[in-house]
Amino acid sequence: MLTLTCPCCGVSGEETEFHAGGEAHLKRYGPGSSDNDFEGYLFMRENPKGVHFERWRHVYGCGKWFLAARCTATLEVFGTYPAQTTEPPQDIKDKITAKRPGWSWRDFA
Amino acid sequence: MSTRLQSKGRLVDTTQPMEFRFNGKRLKGYAGDTLASALLANDQMLMGRSFKYHRPRGAVASGAEEPNALVNLGQGGKFEPNQRATTTELFEGLYATSQNHWPTLEFDVGAVNAALARFLPAGFYYKMFIHPRPFWKYVYEPFIRQSAGLGKAPKERDADTYEHFYFYADVMVIGGGIAGLTAALEAGRAGARVLLVEQTAHWGGRAVVDGAEIGGKPAEDWVAETVAELAAMDNVTIRARTMGAGVYDHGFILAYERLTDHNPETSGPRHRLWRVRAKQTISATGAIERPLSFAGNDIPGVMLAGAVRDYLVNWGVSIGDRTVVVTNNDDAYRTAIALHRAGLRVPAILDARASGGGALADEARAAGIRVEAGRAIAKVKGGKRVEAVEVCLQAGEGAVLETIPCDAVAMSGGWSPVVHLWSHCGGKLLWDTELAMFRPDPARAPTGSDGLGFVAAAGTANGHLGTSAVLADAQSAGRAAAKATGAKPKTGKAPQSNDADEAPIEPVWLMPQGAGDALRMKAWLDYQNDVKVSDVQLAAREGYESVEHAKRYTTLGMATDQGKLSNINGLAVLSGALDQAIPVTGTTTFRPPYTPISMGAIGGSARDGLFQPIRKTPIYGYHVDQNADFEPVGHWRRPYTYPRSAETVHDAVNREVVNTRANIGLLDASTLGKLIVKGPDAGRFLDMMYTNMMSNLAIGKCRYGLMCSENGFLSDDGVVARIDEDTWLCHTTTGGADRIHAWMEDWLQCEWWDWKVYVANVTEQYAQVAVVGPKARKLLEKLGGMDVSKETLPFMQWADGTLGGFPVRVYRISFSGELSYEIAVPASLGRAFWDRLVADGEEFGLMPYGTECLHILRAEKGFIMIGDETDGTVIPQDLGLNWAISKKKDDYLGKRAQEREHMVDPKRWKLVGLETLDGSVIPDGAYAVAAGKNANGQRNTEGRVTSTYYSATLKRGIAMGLILNGPDRMGDVVEFPKVDGTSVKAKIVDQVFYDKAGEKQDV
Amino acid sequence: MSEPVSFYKGRVAKGDVTVTDAGLQGMITLRGDLSNAKVKAAVKKVAKVAVPAQRKAEVTDGRGAAWMSPDELLILVPYAEAEAAAADLSAALAGQHHLAVNVSDARAYIRVEGQGAREVLAKNAPVDLSPAAFAAKDFRRTRMGQAAAALWLDDTGAFHVVCFRSVGDYLFDLLAQSAKDGPVGVF
Repeated sequence: MLTLTCPCCGVSGEETEFHAGGEAHLKRYGPGSSDNDFEGYLFMRENPKGVHFERWRHVYGCGKWFLAARCTATLEVFGTYPAQTTEPPQDIKDKITAKRPGWSWRDFA
Repeated sequence: MSTRLQSKGRLVDTTQPMEFRFNGKRLKGYAGDTLASALLANDQMLMGRSFKYHRPRGAVASGAEEPNALVNLGQGGKFEPNQRATTTELFEGLYATSQNHWPTLEFDVGAVNAALARFLPAGFYYKMFIHPRPFWKYVYEPFIRQSAGLGKAPKERDADTYEHFYFYADVMVIGGGIAGLTAALEAGRAGARVLLVEQTAHWGGRAVVDGAEIGGKPAEDWVAETVAELAAMDNVTIRARTMGAGVYDHGFILAYERLTDHNPETSGPRHRLWRVRAKQTISATGAIERPLSFAGNDIPGVMLAGAVRDYLVNWGVSIGDRTVVVTNNDDAYRTAIALHRAGLRVPAILDARASGGGALADEARAAGIRVEAGRAIAKVKGGKRVEAVEVCLQAGEGAVLETIPCDAVAMSGGWSPVVHLWSHCGGKLLWDTELAMFRPDPARAPTGSDGLGFVAAAGTANGHLGTSAVLADAQSAGRAAAKATGAKPKTGKAPQSNDADEAPIEPVWLMPQGAGDALRMKAWLDYQNDVKVSDVQLAAREGYESVEHAKRYTTLGMATDQGKLSNINGLAVLSGALDQAIPVTGTTTFRPPYTPISMGAIGGSARDGLFQPIRKTPIYGYHVDQNADFEPVGHWRRPYTYPRSAETVHDAVNREVVNTRANIGLLDASTLGKLIVKGPDAGRFLDMMYTNMMSNLAIGKCRYGLMCSENGFLSDDGVVARIDEDTWLCHTTTGGADRIHAWMEDWLQCEWWDWKVYVANVTEQYAQVAVVGPKARKLLEKLGGMDVSKETLPFMQWADGTLGGFPVRVYRISFSGELSYEIAVPASLGRAFWDRLVADGEEFGLMPYGTECLHILRAEKGFIMIGDETDGTVIPQDLGLNWAISKKKDDYLGKRAQEREHMVDPKRWKLVGLETLDGSVIPDGAYAVAAGKNANGQRNTEGRVTSTYYSATLKRGIAMGLILNGPDRMGDVVEFPKVDGTSVKAKIVDQVFYDKAGEKQDV
Repeated sequence: MSEPVSFYKGRVAKGDVTVTDAGLQGMITLRGDLSNAKVKAAVKKVAKVAVPAQRKAEVTDGRGAAWMSPDELLILVPYAEAEAAAADLSAALAGQHHLAVNVSDARAYIRVEGQGAREVLAKNAPVDLSPAAFAAKDFRRTRMGQAAAALWLDDTGAFHVVCFRSVGDYLFDLLAQSAKDGPVGVF
């Protein structure tokens, strides 16, 4: 069972306080978008063994959504950060690079 | 025979004799005994029968690894099967029965299986019971089920209580032997917050049994001093009778504390499950001795050498008068010497090593014990008890050199570190050829959330067998763990011990090495599941080369002991059969818990009324008083109907329907979700949330709205009220309140975080009561306080005011088609308000109604219900709700999806009403059949029923359903097959069955 | 009109650790920019305390404030004042994006006190409740058993627990059972 640190309220809590919300950094495609873009937004997901970015909500805590960079193979958590961003912050990316040189995930590396 | 010696043993308190029962027999033991030691003291060697062949079984071990001595313990509400006698502390009045035999332990009919053993090899069940197919269901399965299972399932409710406890530690130390004590002491002295647990009631582990010296004093004294020092530290918590059960991700550890098992009359919880988070964990779990694989090694009286020593030293119990010791390492010599010192006979030590043992062997010889090197046991003679051993050369095929009469055999195949807790969360092992053991590979520890190792093994669990080495290793492990948590460890050297020089172990996986078929078929690996050397070899021959496959094929290690004794021997035999090195074969996966823990402990206090939270409205007490028939809606309990005396549920529902349409019905609608949405961007936000327009809703008015997922599927509906310029109140379905609140927060926090909108869930702030029916207004007028006339408060408007002195918000909305007011009052006044309505409504024929009546009323009106008409695949357009979908808006959640090819397919089934030709009710979930068959030979379908009820208003069955081209087929008849083979025909009609013009609600 | 009643009508489970339905307590959900001067002033005026720091509760005799999230406070006032206090907050914050709503009736308010109160809570919540980790004025939203709850510790050593009214009896009974089950002997 994971422990995660909520960047919004600072609590390090166990997984039962949180709710997983799928892949992070999705770009929403609405009316007027192409079938391909919409399909990608709605259905296509990464399934990496390794570095991954996820949405989590501190549902039994402050109620805020946040994002987590995590290794799906070792469960190492590289960092958590607020959800109000379209890409991982540089310090998180640096942390990952230090531990997983050469990593890439979608367009990020 | 096994008996209690005059010397009594270090754990036994002879001033406290205790009486207990085994299979009805009254027996005597002492405080400090385990059930196993007490049984052995009474010469009760036979304790159970094996699973497959029903072979007689006695204790082979003295602790948690015991595979044989399983008993039914207790009676009635305290009954529990499969309890290990070796870890069951004796108490006054203990009641145990043996298991897995019929009719008696001494004479078991099932033992005939043993005679047939030649015909019941590994995989027998898989091979035998496949053909002929029908036999499985009617012959094999009933027979196997009859004979399967160890012990009996309890028949009564568990009389005990259980609890959980969350604890946070810097360093958790598992195991209270000298390694665990040392590690805890070092971490504690460094100032770290330490939790130390020990599965037995006693500290010190093996060192105190073996009489080691630590720092120049007896281990016993050192242990007592160390425990006292630990107990005195504020930052250290120590718990005996607490087993480290499992190590999980990110330092989560379950520890299982047995509070009252040793004294069931004590009040309080029986078990406590500690849910620990530790920054660092030290596994100081010691080692388990391996049996040797020789013919007859399962006969009662054959026991691990360490266990023989435990029974002798701890409990003063001798297993036999004449004990033959057989070994491949020096440790078993300690048993021989201890027996000799206790005045018992050791006719011979058979050492499989050609070169024999070290200093301990010299000591044994000096004591006059006959020591034979290069010797082995060819076969143990005896049935329910050891009678003699036949001695052979280890290097040979088992030719008998001599027969030594004896009544016990102490065997040692070497020691395997208990690596379970190290391995649970991914710690890897390496094979130490020199020590013939798997031990933790410190370079590949389980890693935590920071990617660094969080478990360390210490002492014997880390592969150190000498006392000095154990202490040094544990000291460094304790310091390293403390340091990793930020504490400052002390310096200084670990205490020294007086270790004897030992000769190296020589692995022996089969005894004798060239044993033929006949011997291998009697050489047990897994005592509980009856897996023998020959079975594992057969599995290898048949192609089960992976250790995980061989395990499942043979059931090796799948018994309740999970192979604690058998696994290493088994995989060594498998490696031999496959002609590959042991580390190439590898181990099976170590999974928690270390030994079985009670279901009660896992559940904790979540039982009976606390099993799960049941949400109750402020009016719940009334429903209970009226003996309402309840139904669960999410975690809520809502009244389904209120049956009156002698009334059936069905009659009660019909009465409520008729009365609501004729007089007044009262519904507890408090569970409806209520979300306040406020801010400068709230209108714009709601326009995205709902398919229709909410930003242009006038203050004071209400509008029905639909919400869809981004997939376009309808997910919730409800009435929205505009409260003021920047505030809306959104009603959701009962099940939707939390979900839709979270949904809104998701979009506000993660997509439109620059929009100025706040949402608050005020569902439970209000008790909400629907006053429904043609006489509803009369009742409210009687209460008085505000104008509820059509002119002042018309349909689809709301107003604040008072009624009967209660502060209320009144919504003129209707889910029934009748004149209806939904009235919200503060929850703390909910019950009083409801009671007032009931009292004042009597003269108007008011009756409360439940959820089933609500469903029928809405179905009569053709209103959809989320979860009935929708199932996660239905879009609003399927339900003819196009009127509630804004054409003006550029975007709303689900809009893009609803433009997809599949969503605009004219062949999507559409909602219509269904009227049975014979007036009957179509079964729930029925499908309409079409001509022809599909590729699977099933009848084609052209629709399905979504809601179906008996309408007491129309006195006939009514239904709604999704039908192919439905709206274009009015008057067509479709057919719904029923489960009984007949079918019911229904005409496609408009879905509004009652008051099509909607005049009754708008008055 | 009748008198308003709390979720468990003032029930008390007495013991070494006593669990009490603490009765009706005025509570207001205030959402807004907590660093904004107008918000700070409005909070001070109504709650008589400054905006509490992250995960802190400043509550005295049923009046004060607790930190719920970066943009949310729980304002506590006497029950009878709650409706007016919410209106006062809204009036003071007019023109400022905010939400102040009376949630007094939506809540159950439970007090847990006595030697061992920490352990009673630690049997049910995945929170480090040791004295070193959880001190007076500390505030934590978490899971208690299977229900969402918030708790804080006051200067007298009593814990205050807030949860939804509909599960108030569940949480009360859970805590009362844990109290009855006796001490663990750790804190």
